[in-house]
Amino acid sequence: MAAAASMTATSLTLALLPPQGLRGSTRSLPSTKPQRWFSRKAGSNWVTAKFELKPPPYPMNALEPHMSQETFTYHWGKHHRAYVDNLNKQIVGTELEGLSLEEIIIVSYNKGDILPAFNNAAQAWNHEFFWESMKPGGGGKPSGDLLDLIERDFGSFERFIEEFKSAAATQFGSGWAWLAYKANRLNVDNAVNPWPSEKDKKLVVVKSPNAVNPLIWDYFPLLTIDVWEHAYYLDFQNRRPDYISIFMEKLVSWEAVSARLEKAKAQVAEREMEEERRKKEEEEEDDEDVEMYVDSNTDDSEAE
Amino acid sequence: MALRSLATRKTLTQGLNSVKLTQSRALQTFSLPDLPYDYGALEPAISGEIMELHHQKHHQTYITNYNKALEQLHEAILKGDSSTVVKLQSAIKFNGGGHINHSIFWKNLAPIREGGGEPPKGSLGWAIDTSFGSFESLIQKISAEGAALQGSGWVWLGVDKELKKLVIETTANQDPLVTKGPNLVPLLGIDVWEHAYYLQYKNVRPDYLKNIWKVINWQYASEVYEKECP
Ligand SMILES: [Fe+2]
Ligand SMILES: [Fe+2]
Repeated sequence: MAAAASMTATSLTLALLPPQGLRGSTRSLPSTKPQRWFSRKAGSNWVTAKFELKPPPYPMNALEPHMSQETFTYHWGKHHRAYVDNLNKQIVGTELEGLSLEEIIIVSYNKGDILPAFNNAAQAWNHEFFWESMKPGGGGKPSGDLLDLIERDFGSFERFIEEFKSAAATQFGSGWAWLAYKANRLNVDNAVNPWPSEKDKKLVVVKSPNAVNPLIWDYFPLLTIDVWEHAYYLDFQNRRPDYISIFMEKLVSWEAVSARLEKAKAQVAEREMEEERRKKEEEEEDDEDVEMYVDSNTDDSEAE
Repeated sequence: MALRSLATRKTLTQGLNSVKLTQSRALQTFSLPDLPYDYGALEPAISGEIMELHHQKHHQTYITNYNKALEQLHEAILKGDSSTVVKLQSAIKFNGGGHINHSIFWKNLAPIREGGGEPPKGSLGWAIDTSFGSFESLIQKISAEGAALQGSGWVWLGVDKELKKLVIETTANQDPLVTKGPNLVPLLGIDVWEHAYYLQYKNVRPDYLKNIWKVINWQYASEVYEKECP
Protein backbone atom coordinates (compact mmCIF):
# COMPACT_ATOMS: atom_id res chain seq x y z
CA MET A 1 0.00 0.00 0.00
CA ALA A 2 2.70 2.43 1.04
CA ALA A 3 4.76 1.29 -1.93
CA ALA A 4 1.87 1.85 -4.32
CA ALA A 5 1.23 5.30 -2.94
CA SER A 6 4.86 6.35 -3.35
CA MET A 7 4.90 5.06 -6.91
CA THR A 8 1.91 7.18 -7.80
CA ALA A 9 3.64 10.16 -6.29
CA THR A 10 6.69 9.54 -8.46
CA SER A 11 4.69 9.27 -11.67
CA LEU A 12 2.81 12.41 -10.80
CA THR A 13 6.01 14.26 -10.14
CA LEU A 14 7.38 13.15 -13.49
CA ALA A 15 4.30 14.27 -15.32
CA LEU A 16 3.89 17.60 -13.59
CA LEU A 17 7.37 18.94 -13.01
CA PRO A 18 9.09 20.92 -15.74
CA PRO A 19 11.94 19.13 -17.53
CA GLN A 20 14.60 19.91 -14.97
CA GLY A 21 12.33 18.78 -12.18
CA LEU A 22 12.74 15.28 -13.48
CA ARG A 23 16.38 15.29 -12.65
CA GLY A 24 15.81 15.36 -8.94
CA SER A 25 14.39 11.88 -9.23
CA THR A 26 16.64 10.56 -11.99
CA ARG A 27 18.19 7.99 -9.74
CA SER A 28 14.86 6.36 -9.09
CA LEU A 29 13.98 6.17 -12.78
CA PRO A 30 13.56 2.54 -13.78
CA SER A 31 15.73 2.59 -16.88
CA THR A 32 15.94 -1.17 -16.74
CA LYS A 33 12.18 -1.58 -16.50
CA PRO A 34 10.70 -0.14 -19.69
CA GLN A 35 7.16 -1.26 -18.83
CA ARG A 36 6.93 1.64 -16.37
CA TRP A 37 7.43 4.02 -19.25
CA PHE A 38 4.69 2.39 -21.23
CA SER A 39 2.20 2.38 -18.39
CA ARG A 40 2.92 6.03 -17.77
CA LYS A 41 2.36 6.82 -21.39
CA ALA A 42 -0.91 4.92 -21.43
CA GLY A 43 -2.01 6.36 -18.10
CA SER A 44 -1.55 9.96 -19.13
CA ASN A 45 -3.06 9.20 -22.52
CA TRP A 46 -0.22 10.73 -24.51
CA VAL A 47 -0.42 10.89 -28.22
CA THR A 48 2.93 9.76 -29.59
CA ALA A 49 3.96 12.87 -31.46
CA LYS A 50 7.16 13.11 -33.42
CA PHE A 51 9.68 15.76 -32.54
CA GLU A 52 9.50 18.68 -34.88
CA LEU A 53 12.20 20.89 -36.28
CA LYS A 54 11.25 24.25 -34.85
CA PRO A 55 12.09 27.21 -37.10
CA PRO A 56 14.58 29.67 -35.62
CA PRO A 57 13.00 32.71 -33.90
CA TYR A 58 14.18 35.06 -36.73
CA PRO A 59 14.67 34.85 -40.50
CA MET A 60 17.64 32.92 -41.88
CA ASN A 61 19.39 36.09 -43.02
CA ALA A 62 18.68 38.08 -39.83
CA LEU A 63 22.13 37.48 -38.32
CA GLU A 64 24.02 38.73 -41.38
CA PRO A 65 26.80 39.70 -41.70
CA HIS A 66 27.92 38.03 -38.47
CA MET A 67 26.44 34.66 -39.31
CA SER A 68 25.73 34.25 -43.00
CA GLN A 69 22.47 33.02 -44.44
CA GLU A 70 24.42 30.24 -46.12
CA THR A 71 25.77 29.00 -42.78
CA PHE A 72 22.33 29.24 -41.27
CA THR A 73 20.67 27.39 -44.15
CA TYR A 74 23.02 24.43 -43.79
CA HIS A 75 23.26 24.51 -40.04
CA TRP A 76 19.54 24.64 -39.34
CA GLY A 77 18.20 23.17 -42.58
CA LYS A 78 20.62 20.23 -42.84
CA HIS A 79 22.47 19.56 -39.59
CA HIS A 80 19.72 20.35 -37.09
CA ARG A 81 17.10 18.70 -39.30
CA ALA A 82 19.16 15.51 -39.59
CA TYR A 83 19.42 15.22 -35.79
CA VAL A 84 15.64 15.58 -35.40
CA ASP A 85 14.80 13.21 -38.28
CA ASN A 86 17.26 10.57 -37.14
CA LEU A 87 16.01 10.78 -33.56
CA ASN A 88 12.42 10.25 -34.70
CA LYS A 89 13.45 7.19 -36.70
CA GLN A 90 15.53 5.87 -33.85
CA ILE A 91 12.93 5.97 -31.10
CA VAL A 92 9.95 4.52 -32.97
CA GLY A 93 8.72 1.50 -31.07
CA THR A 94 11.25 1.83 -28.24
CA GLU A 95 10.64 2.74 -24.62
CA LEU A 96 11.91 6.24 -25.45
CA GLU A 97 8.92 7.00 -27.65
CA GLY A 98 6.56 9.41 -25.91
CA LEU A 99 9.16 10.87 -23.57
CA SER A 100 10.10 14.54 -23.67
CA LEU A 101 13.36 15.46 -25.36
CA GLU A 102 14.95 16.26 -21.98
CA GLU A 103 13.86 12.91 -20.60
CA ILE A 104 15.34 11.09 -23.59
CA ILE A 105 18.62 12.95 -23.09
CA ILE A 106 18.88 11.92 -19.44
CA VAL A 107 17.75 8.32 -19.98
CA SER A 108 19.93 7.74 -23.07
CA TYR A 109 22.97 9.39 -21.49
CA ASN A 110 22.66 6.42 -19.18
CA LYS A 111 25.17 7.80 -16.66
CA GLY A 112 27.92 8.00 -19.25
CA ASP A 113 27.33 4.61 -20.87
CA ILE A 114 25.73 6.37 -23.84
CA LEU A 115 22.84 4.73 -25.72
CA PRO A 116 22.43 5.33 -29.49
CA ALA A 117 19.64 7.92 -29.19
CA PHE A 118 21.72 10.25 -27.04
CA ASN A 119 23.66 12.02 -29.80
CA ASN A 120 20.62 12.87 -31.87
CA ALA A 121 18.45 13.81 -28.90
CA ALA A 122 21.07 16.04 -27.30
CA GLN A 123 22.03 17.65 -30.61
CA ALA A 124 18.36 18.35 -31.41
CA TRP A 125 18.04 20.04 -28.02
CA ASN A 126 21.38 21.88 -28.22
CA HIS A 127 20.67 23.43 -31.60
CA GLU A 128 17.24 24.73 -30.67
CA PHE A 129 18.79 26.19 -27.53
CA PHE A 130 21.59 27.72 -29.61
CA TRP A 131 19.24 29.49 -32.08
CA GLU A 132 17.38 30.95 -29.14
CA SER A 133 20.64 32.10 -27.56
CA MET A 134 21.09 34.60 -30.40
CA LYS A 135 19.14 37.48 -31.88
CA PRO A 136 19.65 40.12 -34.55
CA GLY A 137 21.32 43.10 -32.92
CA GLY A 138 22.48 41.02 -29.96
CA GLY A 139 25.61 41.33 -27.89
CA GLY A 140 26.33 44.14 -25.47
CA LYS A 141 25.95 43.63 -21.76
CA PRO A 142 23.29 42.00 -19.58
CA SER A 143 21.63 43.80 -16.68
CA GLY A 144 19.73 43.14 -13.48
CA ASP A 145 19.94 39.81 -11.65
CA LEU A 146 21.99 38.19 -14.37
CA LEU A 147 24.67 40.86 -14.33
CA ASP A 148 24.78 40.79 -10.51
CA LEU A 149 25.31 37.03 -10.49
CA ILE A 150 27.93 37.23 -13.26
CA GLU A 151 29.85 39.85 -11.31
CA ARG A 152 29.53 37.88 -8.09
CA ASP A 153 30.65 34.56 -9.60
CA PHE A 154 33.27 35.68 -12.14
CA GLY A 155 34.53 38.93 -10.59
CA SER A 156 33.40 41.10 -13.50
CA PHE A 157 31.55 40.88 -16.80
CA GLU A 158 34.87 41.16 -18.65
CA ARG A 159 36.33 38.24 -16.71
CA PHE A 160 33.25 36.16 -17.55
CA ILE A 161 33.66 36.98 -21.24
CA GLU A 162 37.29 35.87 -21.09
CA GLU A 163 36.39 32.63 -19.37
CA PHE A 164 33.58 31.83 -21.79
CA LYS A 165 35.72 32.62 -24.84
CA SER A 166 38.55 30.51 -23.54
CA ALA A 167 36.24 27.54 -22.88
CA ALA A 168 34.86 27.79 -26.42
CA ALA A 169 38.32 28.14 -27.97
CA THR A 170 39.89 25.26 -26.07
CA GLN A 171 37.18 22.62 -26.56
CA PHE A 172 39.36 20.13 -28.44
CA GLY A 173 37.40 18.95 -31.47
CA SER A 174 33.64 19.28 -31.83
CA GLY A 175 31.47 20.46 -28.97
CA TRP A 176 29.86 23.32 -27.08
CA ALA A 177 30.66 25.95 -24.46
CA TRP A 178 28.04 26.90 -21.89
CA LEU A 179 27.05 29.34 -19.22
CA ALA A 180 24.96 27.38 -16.74
CA TYR A 181 23.27 27.80 -13.40
CA LYS A 182 24.46 25.19 -10.97
CA ALA A 183 22.12 24.73 -8.05
CA ASN A 184 23.52 22.84 -5.11
CA ARG A 185 25.05 20.14 -7.22
CA LEU A 186 28.47 18.64 -6.74
CA ASN A 187 30.93 18.31 -9.62
CA VAL A 188 30.07 14.66 -9.95
CA ASP A 189 27.41 13.28 -12.27
CA ASN A 190 24.04 13.54 -10.58
CA ALA A 191 25.52 13.80 -7.08
CA VAL A 192 23.46 15.82 -4.63
CA ASN A 193 25.21 18.23 -2.30
CA PRO A 194 24.42 17.00 1.21
CA TRP A 195 24.80 20.43 2.82
CA PRO A 196 23.52 22.95 0.31
CA SER A 197 23.65 26.65 1.00
CA GLU A 198 22.65 29.75 -0.98
CA LYS A 199 26.30 30.18 -1.97
CA ASP A 200 26.26 26.87 -3.83
CA LYS A 201 23.80 28.23 -6.35
CA LYS A 202 26.06 29.83 -8.86
CA LEU A 203 26.90 30.48 -12.48
CA VAL A 204 29.54 28.31 -14.10
CA VAL A 205 31.25 28.15 -17.49
CA VAL A 206 31.68 24.64 -18.84
CA LYS A 207 32.58 23.06 -22.16
CA SER A 208 31.32 19.73 -23.47
CA PRO A 209 32.40 17.37 -26.25
CA ASN A 210 30.24 16.49 -29.28
CA ALA A 211 26.59 16.30 -28.19
CA VAL A 212 27.00 16.44 -24.40
CA ASN A 213 25.15 19.23 -22.59
CA PRO A 214 24.95 20.36 -18.96
CA LEU A 215 21.53 18.76 -18.40
CA ILE A 216 23.37 15.52 -17.76
CA TRP A 217 25.26 17.14 -14.86
CA ASP A 218 21.97 18.44 -13.53
CA TYR A 219 22.88 22.05 -14.35
CA PHE A 220 20.49 24.61 -15.87
CA PRO A 221 21.91 25.77 -19.23
CA LEU A 222 21.60 29.53 -19.81
CA LEU A 223 23.73 30.23 -22.89
CA THR A 224 25.57 28.16 -25.44
CA ILE A 225 27.83 28.48 -28.45
CA ASP A 226 28.23 25.69 -30.99
CA VAL A 227 31.94 25.12 -31.68
CA TRP A 228 31.56 22.29 -34.15
CA GLU A 229 33.41 23.40 -37.26
CA HIS A 230 30.17 23.39 -39.30
CA ALA A 231 28.97 26.31 -37.13
CA TYR A 232 31.64 28.67 -38.44
CA TYR A 233 33.63 27.12 -41.24
CA LEU A 234 31.84 28.77 -44.19
CA ASP A 235 32.15 32.20 -42.54
CA PHE A 236 35.43 31.99 -40.63
CA GLN A 237 37.22 28.82 -41.87
CA ASN A 238 39.83 27.86 -39.26
CA ARG A 239 39.47 31.11 -37.28
CA ARG A 240 37.38 29.84 -34.41
CA PRO A 241 38.46 32.66 -32.03
CA ASP A 242 37.05 35.28 -34.46
CA TYR A 243 33.73 33.45 -34.61
CA ILE A 244 33.57 33.31 -30.81
CA SER A 245 34.32 37.04 -30.46
CA ILE A 246 31.65 38.01 -32.99
CA PHE A 247 29.16 35.74 -31.25
CA MET A 248 29.78 37.47 -27.91
CA GLU A 249 29.88 41.00 -29.33
CA LYS A 250 27.08 40.88 -31.90
CA LEU A 251 24.82 37.87 -31.47
CA VAL A 252 24.18 36.85 -27.83
CA SER A 253 20.61 37.49 -26.72
CA TRP A 254 21.06 38.54 -23.10
CA GLU A 255 17.25 38.74 -22.75
CA ALA A 256 17.02 35.04 -23.52
CA VAL A 257 19.78 34.30 -21.00
CA SER A 258 18.07 36.43 -18.32
CA ALA A 259 14.72 34.76 -18.91
CA ARG A 260 16.34 31.33 -18.62
CA LEU A 261 18.00 32.34 -15.36
CA GLU A 262 14.68 33.42 -13.86
CA LYS A 263 13.08 30.18 -14.99
CA ALA A 264 15.93 28.16 -13.56
CA LYS A 265 15.65 29.91 -10.20
CA ALA A 266 11.92 29.25 -10.09
CA GLN A 267 12.46 25.60 -10.92
CA VAL A 268 15.13 25.26 -8.27
CA ALA A 269 12.79 26.77 -5.68
CA GLU A 270 10.05 24.38 -6.75
CA ARG A 271 12.40 21.45 -6.59
CA GLU A 272 13.54 22.41 -3.11
CA MET A 273 9.95 22.58 -1.90
CA GLU A 274 9.28 19.20 -3.43
CA GLU A 275 12.36 17.68 -1.77
CA GLU A 276 11.36 19.22 1.55
CA ARG A 277 7.88 17.75 1.23
CA ARG A 278 9.25 14.33 0.34
CA LYS A 279 11.61 14.38 3.30
CA LYS A 280 8.70 15.15 5.62
CA GLU A 281 6.68 12.31 4.12
CA GLU A 282 9.52 9.89 4.65
CA GLU A 283 9.85 10.96 8.26
CA GLU A 284 6.14 10.34 8.77
CA GLU A 285 6.47 6.90 7.18
CA ASP A 286 9.34 6.14 9.54
CA ASP A 287 7.13 7.08 12.47
CA GLU A 288 4.44 4.65 11.23
CA ASP A 289 7.04 1.88 11.01
CA VAL A 290 7.97 2.42 14.64
CA GLU A 291 4.34 2.23 15.74
CA MET A 292 3.85 -1.02 13.87
CA TYR A 293 6.93 -2.47 15.50
CA VAL A 294 5.60 -1.49 18.94
CA ASP A 295 2.21 -3.00 18.12
CA SER A 296 3.64 -6.34 17.08
CA ASN A 297 5.79 -6.36 20.17
CA THR A 298 2.66 -5.97 22.27
CA ASP A 299 1.04 -8.85 20.37
CA ASP A 300 4.00 -11.07 21.16
CA SER A 301 3.85 -10.29 24.85
CA GLU A 302 0.13 -11.10 24.94
CA ALA A 303 0.76 -14.46 23.30
CA GLU A 304 3.19 -15.49 25.98
CA MET B 1 98.59 9.94 -8.39
CA ALA B 2 95.36 8.43 -7.09
CA LEU B 3 94.28 11.86 -6.05
CA ARG B 4 95.02 13.23 -9.47
CA SER B 5 93.08 10.57 -11.30
CA LEU B 6 90.15 11.17 -9.02
CA ALA B 7 90.29 14.85 -9.82
CA THR B 8 90.45 14.06 -13.52
CA ARG B 9 87.49 11.80 -13.29
CA LYS B 10 85.55 14.46 -11.50
CA THR B 11 86.27 17.00 -14.19
CA LEU B 12 85.28 14.49 -16.79
CA THR B 13 81.98 13.77 -15.09
CA GLN B 14 81.27 17.44 -14.75
CA GLY B 15 82.07 17.91 -18.39
CA LEU B 16 79.68 15.15 -19.40
CA ASN B 17 76.95 16.53 -17.22
CA SER B 18 77.21 19.92 -18.76
CA VAL B 19 77.05 18.41 -22.23
CA LYS B 20 73.92 16.52 -21.28
CA LEU B 21 72.38 19.67 -19.88
CA THR B 22 73.12 21.65 -23.01
CA GLN B 23 71.66 18.90 -25.14
CA SER B 24 68.46 18.79 -23.14
CA ARG B 25 68.19 22.56 -23.36
CA ALA B 26 68.28 22.42 -27.14
CA LEU B 27 64.71 21.26 -27.41
CA GLN B 28 63.71 19.82 -30.75
CA THR B 29 60.78 21.62 -32.26
CA PHE B 30 58.75 20.70 -35.31
CA SER B 31 57.97 22.48 -38.53
CA LEU B 32 55.38 22.05 -41.25
CA PRO B 33 56.35 19.34 -43.75
CA ASP B 34 56.00 20.22 -47.45
CA LEU B 35 53.19 18.61 -49.40
CA PRO B 36 54.49 16.14 -52.03
CA TYR B 37 52.04 17.68 -54.61
CA ASP B 38 50.36 21.02 -55.37
CA TYR B 39 47.31 22.15 -53.44
CA GLY B 40 45.13 21.85 -56.54
CA ALA B 41 46.52 18.48 -57.62
CA LEU B 42 43.80 16.43 -55.92
CA GLU B 43 40.91 18.20 -57.62
CA PRO B 44 38.10 17.48 -58.16
CA ALA B 45 38.12 14.96 -55.27
CA ILE B 46 39.47 17.55 -52.81
CA SER B 47 39.52 21.23 -53.71
CA GLY B 48 42.70 23.27 -53.70
CA GLU B 49 41.13 25.70 -51.22
CA ILE B 50 40.54 22.91 -48.70
CA MET B 51 44.05 21.54 -49.15
CA GLU B 52 45.65 24.94 -48.68
CA LEU B 53 43.71 25.80 -45.51
CA HIS B 54 44.10 22.30 -44.16
CA HIS B 55 47.86 22.29 -44.63
CA GLN B 56 48.81 25.93 -44.04
CA LYS B 57 46.37 26.75 -41.27
CA HIS B 58 45.17 23.62 -39.49
CA HIS B 59 48.33 21.52 -39.59
CA GLN B 60 50.46 24.60 -38.89
CA THR B 61 48.34 25.43 -35.81
CA TYR B 62 48.78 21.92 -34.40
CA ILE B 63 52.54 22.26 -34.88
CA THR B 64 52.69 25.72 -33.32
CA ASN B 65 50.71 24.62 -30.28
CA TYR B 66 52.60 21.35 -30.01
CA ASN B 67 55.92 23.23 -29.94
CA LYS B 68 54.54 25.64 -27.36
CA ALA B 69 53.36 22.79 -25.15
CA LEU B 70 56.70 20.99 -25.49
CA GLU B 71 58.57 24.11 -24.42
CA GLN B 72 56.31 24.52 -21.41
CA LEU B 73 56.73 20.84 -20.59
CA HIS B 74 60.48 21.14 -20.81
CA GLU B 75 60.50 24.08 -18.42
CA ALA B 76 58.12 22.37 -16.01
CA ILE B 77 60.30 19.26 -15.93
CA LEU B 78 63.44 21.33 -15.24
CA LYS B 79 61.62 23.07 -12.41
CA GLY B 80 60.18 19.84 -11.06
CA ASP B 81 56.70 21.32 -11.46
CA SER B 82 54.66 18.12 -11.58
CA SER B 83 51.24 19.68 -11.69
CA THR B 84 52.12 21.64 -14.83
CA VAL B 85 53.64 18.51 -16.37
CA VAL B 86 50.37 16.67 -15.83
CA LYS B 87 48.25 19.60 -16.97
CA LEU B 88 50.11 19.78 -20.29
CA GLN B 89 49.28 16.19 -21.25
CA SER B 90 45.97 16.96 -22.96
CA ALA B 91 47.47 19.76 -25.10
CA ILE B 92 50.39 17.51 -26.06
CA LYS B 93 48.11 14.62 -26.98
CA PHE B 94 45.81 16.86 -29.03
CA ASN B 95 48.37 18.98 -30.84
CA GLY B 96 51.06 16.29 -31.09
CA GLY B 97 48.40 13.90 -32.36
CA GLY B 98 47.25 16.52 -34.88
CA HIS B 99 50.83 16.81 -36.18
CA ILE B 100 51.36 13.04 -36.39
CA ASN B 101 48.01 12.34 -38.06
CA HIS B 102 48.20 15.09 -40.67
CA SER B 103 51.80 14.16 -41.55
CA ILE B 104 50.54 10.66 -42.39
CA PHE B 105 47.42 11.95 -44.14
CA TRP B 106 49.37 13.99 -46.72
CA LYS B 107 51.34 10.86 -47.64
CA ASN B 108 48.10 8.89 -47.92
CA LEU B 109 46.97 11.11 -50.79
CA ALA B 110 48.26 11.36 -54.36
CA PRO B 111 47.08 12.98 -57.59
CA ILE B 112 45.44 10.54 -60.00
CA ARG B 113 48.21 10.99 -62.58
CA GLU B 114 50.72 9.93 -59.94
CA GLY B 115 48.88 6.74 -59.14
CA GLY B 116 46.24 8.06 -56.75
CA GLY B 117 43.34 5.65 -56.39
CA GLU B 118 45.17 2.68 -57.90
CA PRO B 119 44.37 -0.39 -55.75
CA PRO B 120 47.24 -1.96 -53.82
CA LYS B 121 49.15 -4.79 -55.40
CA GLY B 122 51.41 -7.33 -53.79
CA SER B 123 51.19 -8.49 -50.21
CA LEU B 124 48.88 -5.72 -48.97
CA GLY B 125 46.41 -6.54 -51.74
CA TRP B 126 46.45 -10.18 -50.65
CA ALA B 127 46.07 -9.31 -47.00
CA ILE B 128 43.06 -7.09 -47.75
CA ASP B 129 41.34 -9.86 -49.71
CA THR B 130 42.03 -12.35 -46.94
CA SER B 131 40.83 -10.07 -44.12
CA PHE B 132 37.92 -8.26 -45.76
CA GLY B 133 36.88 -10.40 -48.71
CA SER B 134 37.72 -7.84 -51.33
CA PHE B 135 39.18 -4.39 -51.87
CA GLU B 136 35.66 -3.04 -52.48
CA SER B 137 34.33 -4.35 -49.20
CA LEU B 138 37.29 -2.81 -47.35
CA ILE B 139 36.46 0.56 -48.89
CA GLN B 140 32.82 0.15 -47.98
CA LYS B 141 33.64 -0.70 -44.39
CA ILE B 142 36.06 2.19 -43.88
CA SER B 143 33.59 4.63 -45.47
CA ALA B 144 30.76 3.40 -43.26
CA GLU B 145 32.82 3.70 -40.07
CA GLY B 146 34.04 7.14 -41.06
CA ALA B 147 30.50 8.33 -41.77
CA ALA B 148 29.22 6.99 -38.46
CA LEU B 149 31.91 8.66 -36.35
CA GLN B 150 30.37 11.25 -34.00
CA GLY B 151 32.00 14.66 -34.04
CA SER B 152 35.62 15.01 -35.12
CA GLY B 153 38.11 12.23 -35.66
CA TRP B 154 39.86 9.78 -37.95
CA VAL B 155 39.14 6.42 -39.53
CA TRP B 156 42.13 4.13 -40.00
CA LEU B 157 43.38 1.08 -41.77
CA GLY B 158 46.20 -0.22 -39.61
CA VAL B 159 48.29 -3.30 -39.13
CA ASP B 160 48.94 -5.00 -35.83
CA LYS B 161 52.68 -5.58 -36.17
CA GLU B 162 52.73 -8.44 -33.65
CA LEU B 163 49.70 -10.35 -34.93
CA LYS B 164 50.39 -9.29 -38.54
CA LYS B 165 46.71 -8.53 -38.88
CA LEU B 166 44.86 -5.70 -40.63
CA VAL B 167 42.41 -3.66 -38.56
CA ILE B 168 39.92 -0.86 -39.15
CA GLU B 169 39.67 1.59 -36.26
CA THR B 170 38.31 5.04 -35.54
CA THR B 171 39.84 7.55 -33.14
CA ALA B 172 38.27 10.67 -31.65
CA ASN B 173 39.59 14.19 -32.24
CA GLN B 174 43.35 13.98 -32.85
CA ASP B 175 44.05 10.74 -31.04
CA PRO B 176 46.63 8.85 -33.10
CA LEU B 177 46.00 5.20 -33.99
CA VAL B 178 48.49 3.98 -31.40
CA THR B 179 46.02 5.02 -28.66
CA LYS B 180 43.89 2.05 -29.79
CA GLY B 181 46.72 -0.45 -29.27
CA PRO B 182 50.49 -0.19 -28.79
CA ASN B 183 51.20 -2.52 -31.75
CA LEU B 184 49.04 -0.72 -34.28
CA VAL B 185 50.81 0.94 -37.20
CA PRO B 186 48.77 3.23 -39.48
CA LEU B 187 48.73 2.37 -43.19
CA LEU B 188 45.96 4.80 -44.09
CA GLY B 189 44.23 7.51 -42.07
CA ILE B 190 41.27 9.53 -43.32
CA ASP B 191 40.53 12.84 -41.64
CA VAL B 192 36.79 13.14 -40.99
CA TRP B 193 36.92 16.48 -39.20
CA GLU B 194 34.51 18.88 -40.86
CA HIS B 195 37.44 21.11 -41.88
CA ALA B 196 38.60 18.29 -44.18
CA TYR B 197 35.53 18.54 -46.42
CA TYR B 198 33.08 21.26 -45.38
CA LEU B 199 33.91 23.95 -47.97
CA GLN B 200 33.24 21.44 -50.73
CA TYR B 201 30.87 18.79 -49.36
CA LYS B 202 29.10 20.74 -46.57
CA ASN B 203 27.11 18.39 -44.34
CA VAL B 204 27.42 15.41 -46.70
CA ARG B 205 30.38 13.55 -45.23
CA PRO B 206 29.51 10.30 -47.08
CA ASP B 207 30.15 12.03 -50.45
CA TYR B 208 33.59 13.11 -49.27
CA LEU B 209 34.24 9.54 -48.19
CA LYS B 210 33.07 8.27 -51.57
CA ASN B 211 35.37 10.57 -53.55
CA ILE B 212 38.52 10.45 -51.46
CA TRP B 213 39.26 6.90 -52.69
CA LYS B 214 40.08 8.39 -56.10
CA VAL B 215 43.18 10.03 -54.62
CA ILE B 216 44.34 7.49 -52.05
CA ASN B 217 48.02 6.60 -52.33
CA TRP B 218 48.02 2.82 -51.89
CA GLN B 219 51.67 2.71 -52.86
CA TYR B 220 52.55 4.37 -49.54
CA ALA B 221 50.26 2.05 -47.56
CA SER B 222 51.87 -0.97 -49.27
CA GLU B 223 55.38 0.19 -48.41
CA VAL B 224 54.52 0.60 -44.72
CA TYR B 225 52.78 -2.78 -44.71
CA GLU B 226 55.71 -4.55 -46.33
CA LYS B 227 58.08 -3.01 -43.83
CA GLU B 228 56.00 -4.21 -40.89
CA CYS B 229 55.14 -7.60 -42.40
CA PRO B 230 58.10 -8.60 -44.55
FE1 LIG C 1 25.86 22.58 -34.93
FE1 LIG D 1 42.52 17.82 -40.40
